[in-house]
Amino acid sequence: MKFAVIVFPGSNCDEDAVRAIQQVLDEPAELVWHQSGSVDGYDAVIIPGGFAYGDYLRAGAIARFAPVMSAVRAHAQAGRPVLGICNGFQVLTEVALLPGALLANNHLQFRCDIVKLRVETTRTPFTADYQMGQEIRLPIAHAQGSYYADDATLQDLREHDQIVFRYVGENPNGSLDNIAGIVNRQRNVMGMMPHPERAVHPRLGSSDGAAIFTSLLHAWKEAVYA
Amino acid sequence: MTFLARVHVTLKASVFDPQGATVARALGTLGFDEVQDVRVGKYLEVRLSASDAAAARERVSAMCETLLANTVIERYEFTLAEEHH
Repeated sequence: MKFAVIVFPGSNCDEDAVRAIQQVLDEPAELVWHQSGSVDGYDAVIIPGGFAYGDYLRAGAIARFAPVMSAVRAHAQAGRPVLGICNGFQVLTEVALLPGALLANNHLQFRCDIVKLRVETTRTPFTADYQMGQEIRLPIAHAQGSYYADDATLQDLREHDQIVFRYVGENPNGSLDNIAGIVNRQRNVMGMMPHPERAVHPRLGSSDGAAIFTSLLHAWKEAVYA
Repeated sequence: MTFLARVHVTLKASVFDPQGATVARALGTLGFDEVQDVRVGKYLEVRLSASDAAAARERVSAMCETLLANTVIERYEFTLAEEHH
């Protein structure tokens, strides 16, 4: 299974994502520059954390128009998996591959911490290796992670089992309904504020992020060998 | 013709604005007891050429819708002035 990790000017978790995939899965992961017009040949796309284009105007606003994003959109529309982490989640909402938006944290602070999350659905190719309702610990590091959507969208997300992760205990950013991560209706595009790629070994403080990558590999194998 | 669009982008009324709330609180602390609410937004100046004001208005609206504002969370308004050299 071959992973593409998109690199924008200002991405800073791209190498972490590559390392996590290589160490957890022993599968190839390559960096793909934002000027590239293609993600052909890749089975999954990761949009990593950072500050794409310096977060000018709004987080993710300029990244949306990078040449590679047309290819990522086509990849998503073909049903192949796309995972946006932190700034990548912001990018995915700006390109409208995911509904809603990420607002400034309600306390206005940049929050860097390890938080507790609950896995709210295992019916995604990103979370099938977790247990339903499992509580996990993942790092967060963001200033604009407060998920917002209007009432109708929020209702829609609940009805279609699209809320993937919720914060347990303290909500670190004021997100609606304690949302930490969501998936699209087709279930192949997920965005999340916490960083699974930073939690793939006990020495990093947690290895709870690894199951996202193993889930993706298992889903891909099932699809390929089914 | 050259036009100058002055664009204001602010969070929608339904979206909590923590910066605005903080500024409002600070104003209250400073004795400006009359302050009821503050919203913090962005101000952009866009200079553009267009055949007439109607065409300029249409183009600036399109810019706001596609890039300058995220209409999921923000609203925008702008004024247009013709520039003479």
